[in-house]
Amino acid sequence: MFTMIPQLVIDAVGIAAAFLLMYGLWRMSSPVTAPTGIKVAGVGMLVAVVASFLYVFSVSAAAKPHLPVNLALAGIALAIGGGLAWWSGRKVAMTAMPQMVAIYNGMGGGAAGAIAAMELFGNRAHGITQLGVTLLGALIGAVSLSGSLIAWAKLQGVLNRPLRIKGQQIINAVVMLVTLVVGFYIMFIVQSGMTPIMPMQGLIWLFFGCAMLFGILMTLPIGGADMPVVISIYNAFTGLAVGLEGFVLQTPALMIAGMLVGAAGILLTLLMAKAMNRSVSNVLFTNFGDVVKQKQGAIKGSLKTTAAGDAGIAMRYASTVIIVPGYGLAAAQGQQKLYEFVKLLISAGVKVRFAVHPVAGRMPGQMDVLLAEAGVPYDLIFQLEDINDDFATTDVVLVIGANDVVNPSARSDKTSPIFGMPILNADKAKQVYVVKRGEGKGYAGIVNPLFYADNCNMVYGDAQAVMVGMIEAVRGLGLSAAA
Amino acid sequence: MTIDGFVAIYIFMLAAFAGWVIIGRVPAILHTPLMSGSNFVHGIVVIGGLYALLNASTVLEQCIGFVAVLLGAGNAAGGYAVTDRMLAMFQTSGHQPAHAAHKAGSHRRKTTPPKKG
Repeated sequence: MFTMIPQLVIDAVGIAAAFLLMYGLWRMSSPVTAPTGIKVAGVGMLVAVVASFLYVFSVSAAAKPHLPVNLALAGIALAIGGGLAWWSGRKVAMTAMPQMVAIYNGMGGGAAGAIAAMELFGNRAHGITQLGVTLLGALIGAVSLSGSLIAWAKLQGVLNRPLRIKGQQIINAVVMLVTLVVGFYIMFIVQSGMTPIMPMQGLIWLFFGCAMLFGILMTLPIGGADMPVVISIYNAFTGLAVGLEGFVLQTPALMIAGMLVGAAGILLTLLMAKAMNRSVSNVLFTNFGDVVKQKQGAIKGSLKTTAAGDAGIAMRYASTVIIVPGYGLAAAQGQQKLYEFVKLLISAGVKVRFAVHPVAGRMPGQMDVLLAEAGVPYDLIFQLEDINDDFATTDVVLVIGANDVVNPSARSDKTSPIFGMPILNADKAKQVYVVKRGEGKGYAGIVNPLFYADNCNMVYGDAQAVMVGMIEAVRGLGLSAAA
Repeated sequence: MTIDGFVAIYIFMLAAFAGWVIIGRVPAILHTPLMSGSNFVHGIVVIGGLYALLNASTVLEQCIGFVAVLLGAGNAAGGYAVTDRMLAMFQTSGHQPAHAAHKAGSHRRKTTPPKKG
């Protein structure tokens, strides 16, 4: 009877944890309740981890003698893994957030893979279904681990160009096929009790090796611009792997939390791919960067430049201004100065709003976070579908560090690689100012006809320096006007 | 308690449905914190790692179990740290105009509808 109590507590805490994690995510659906949402989920995680130490009362006979060592190992692993990740998570710059999420995600996939490895090496699975689920979880977890690491390397700039070799897709298919064959062979051997062609441990290592190789090969050819979609897919993968291993370990909390994230991740991936006007298979299996050999010359008009101060003054005397920020703003660390400028405009009675494209930044919603970090209240930030009709009635649009998301050829030019992508209709405003570092192409390397339009002026320079110029011009104006 | 066959499929189906519905109502402005938040949620894998490590009986198993807990703890702690940090940054300017940008959020906001007389 006594031996049942710890398991009962674990089960009860598991239910509570699953509820708290789900409720926490639920609260994250609004900026008002989101900060408490993550704390609710955190409490769920904490009680679940503490309660799982009750497993010491039910360890298998074989593991009993090792219990003190195992407990010490568990403490050390929790302290090192948790401590390092906590420290890095507190320190990381907001611009580096996508690669940080990729790393944490890869860790989760690796953990799921390691759990599967233990089940396999110890031959613990009961029956063919459990063995199959273990292998499937192992495969997905291992792909997620190695793929996430490649995604991290690409976003961090360690690997800066997509690596493509001829026949890449055939090689990927072969590696996948080998992985599956090894997996099925393991199932066959365990089920039939026959002697395998090589030691079982070797087979299991081969299985994990092939799965991780597949993750690497699958991620290498994908360009940096598509990495957010890839991270989102691997996020869903890790969720699925965790859910499957939860079934193997007979832990409902893992099953629920894992599958929850699996489904959420798939939906998020689809939303992101839609915002980029790409299908998910298009992201994964075509070489986007190659399409961008577009013939140029059909562009009418010329580039006109304006000084930062003049553009700033024009906005001061406008009645409505919309700001379209892009990653270039964050790269130049210009958010603080931009918001300072916006506050000046607002105090002068100008109606200022921010228009954020779904794929602005290196990760959907990253621009929102970067603006929030600079102190911009979220009720000034509008999403594409809510503000796009207002551009036509707006006096001045300030495009800063963004390019492809305001490229009108996405609407009109069928030969453009971004044709069909929803864009912000900045070109419809009465006047557009584009702040850019220099005459170059955007992240995707596509020419932008907006820059050559009659109602558009370019302000060249570092985003932060340009913002300082605008602030000074408006300040100088304000003093004389007030006097 | 054993969960097998169809019971497992029921659990998976309901959890998947819940995930789909919960994420479907998150406004785009929160997509990054949401991604790291859901990333944090699958950090629950650390519990499976703890179970595996405590039941380890060979050196190889102890090594793998150690890695499982190490990585799982990193997933959970790191995911929490970055999500909490990001969400703490979101603030309003005080005068909240009830505009459409936060459709999903606005129904929670207490707005007094004009009384029909």
